[in-house]
Amino acid sequence: MSSHIDRPAATRGGVLGWLQIHLPKIVLSPTLAITGVFVYGFIIWTTYLSFTKSRMFPVTKWEGISPHVKLWANPVWEKALENLAIFGILYIGIATVVGLILAVMLDQRIRQEGVIRTIYLYPMALSFIVTGTVWKWMLNPGLGLEKLMHDFGWASFKFDWIVNSDMAIYTVVIAGVWQSSGFVMAMFLAGLRAVDDEIIKAASIDGASQPIIYWKVIFPLMRPIFLSSFVVLSHLAIKSYDLVIALTGGGPGYSTALPATFMYSQTFTRNHIDIGSASAVMMLITVAAIMVPYLYSELKAQKGVRQ
Amino acid sequence: MSIQVGGQLSSTQKFWRFVLYTLLIVFAFVYMAPLYVMVVTSLKSLDEIRGGNLMMPPLDPTFDAWVKSWSYACVGVECTGINKYFFNSFKMAIPAVAISTFMGAVNGYVLTKWRFKGADIFFGLILFGCFIPFQIVLVPMATILGKLGLAQTTPGLVLVHVTYGLCFTTLFFRNYYQAFPDELIKAAKLDGAGFFRVFWRILLPNSLPIIVVTVIWQFTNVWNDFLFGASFASGDAAPMTVALNNVVNTSTSVKEYNVDMATAIYAALPTLLVYVLAGRYFVRGLMAGAVKG
Repeated sequence: MSSHIDRPAATRGGVLGWLQIHLPKIVLSPTLAITGVFVYGFIIWTTYLSFTKSRMFPVTKWEGISPHVKLWANPVWEKALENLAIFGILYIGIATVVGLILAVMLDQRIRQEGVIRTIYLYPMALSFIVTGTVWKWMLNPGLGLEKLMHDFGWASFKFDWIVNSDMAIYTVVIAGVWQSSGFVMAMFLAGLRAVDDEIIKAASIDGASQPIIYWKVIFPLMRPIFLSSFVVLSHLAIKSYDLVIALTGGGPGYSTALPATFMYSQTFTRNHIDIGSASAVMMLITVAAIMVPYLYSELKAQKGVRQ
Repeated sequence: MSIQVGGQLSSTQKFWRFVLYTLLIVFAFVYMAPLYVMVVTSLKSLDEIRGGNLMMPPLDPTFDAWVKSWSYACVGVECTGINKYFFNSFKMAIPAVAISTFMGAVNGYVLTKWRFKGADIFFGLILFGCFIPFQIVLVPMATILGKLGLAQTTPGLVLVHVTYGLCFTTLFFRNYYQAFPDELIKAAKLDGAGFFRVFWRILLPNSLPIIVVTVIWQFTNVWNDFLFGASFASGDAAPMTVALNNVVNTSTSVKEYNVDMATAIYAALPTLLVYVLAGRYFVRGLMAGAVKG
């Protein structure tokens, strides 16, 4: 696509001409200024705070590396990282597998596909706070799922994960997968529909069976979609805050703490803005390590298409 | 893809179709269950909740919990219901969505049709802002909002949501306008149309689909936000999500699950309605949010 466009007005000269030439930049400048200050300026600001003596209020007095040292010596941070690893791997893994299975099943010329798709995807429209509230109620050991199973006659059924500090993190996975797998399904379904029918026909003429065609031909073609959904899900996982707050409040104890909840409580309730900032910097680095290469390759690919 | 439809199905094929539909329906039940539980619980009395179980339909449906949630529920220490917070969310979402969408449209226009040197780099820098973990901006933002006198106010939240929504709205419009033919614009320019005229007369009238996608995406994100609301407006200006969390965590002597669920429904209703009425556009926004245009 050509990017050069004639600017007849520019020949007018004078103030109007200058304005006409620079208008695009002027129009874009509020956004650039906002991004410069509120994104990049704030990143620098918070990074700086993570090297200061800031406690209840942000101060500029230099403290050096010590907040970072304290961060890494903090057992709750250690737990938060461990939880992020468990939550991240299971949430991304299960949501991807469930989403993929649903997409493949829906791709078999299903009657009422639209209705079923709508049902699978609606949780994505809800706030994580709503999701957390509902699942908290359903998983509550007294009156929730446990009672339901007892009423069905399964008297020994026990499901107390949400109040069990070894298992509570898995309830976050359950609620997270429920909320996001429909989105993965929608992405994969769009990908399946975009696969060229000719390729599939050619494969089936060669005698390949349906599962083989999916596994060997279609899935490899959908690699970009696997990547996109991985990026979206990992990004959601690292930022996860609301869901944990509504579902478990980070507890029991701090057994479901995640970096995002750790940052918030250090900063706003434990009067350790320095340590909170240090943890925020770690979160940013993790996200950037995933997003920057991804965005770079996406933009480069778009540019390639344009030329 | 290629399981035959119509004609004669062999008995194995019939068997697999049966398995397939069964699985799809089972999954549909699993996805619907929380919504069902939310609704039936909100329609039961506390006695019925304690006596029955999650799936039991309400024997004596009552909207008491809905009324209580709306007008009397305790959000923290104040027991005047969630109505105020419900409207707070609208007061926050409507201007935030309108401003960020409009700015995104203009940005997308500049970035595709009035390209200047370095435009791609600027776009990349703006785009990265979509994906930062917002924890990195909380303390500076709180400081700035305090200095501007916007802490604990709805306009403060509008500012925050416009700021961090801009990258998405810019992304959506940029990708959309990129596919818009340059020839039309060139012709208009030859006729003497300037920067704004081209935008108003040519691009904007052709932008309805992407405007709908952007408005839905932004509305859903702003309405569903909790982190910014809890950080910058936890008091009287709190949005609905923060109020819901407060209602659930307010320690009263009896845990009123029906009121909690009614409150959750109020919090879910606007975005759910948008989804049901304009699901197609909602999905398109989700896809575009994964960067692909």
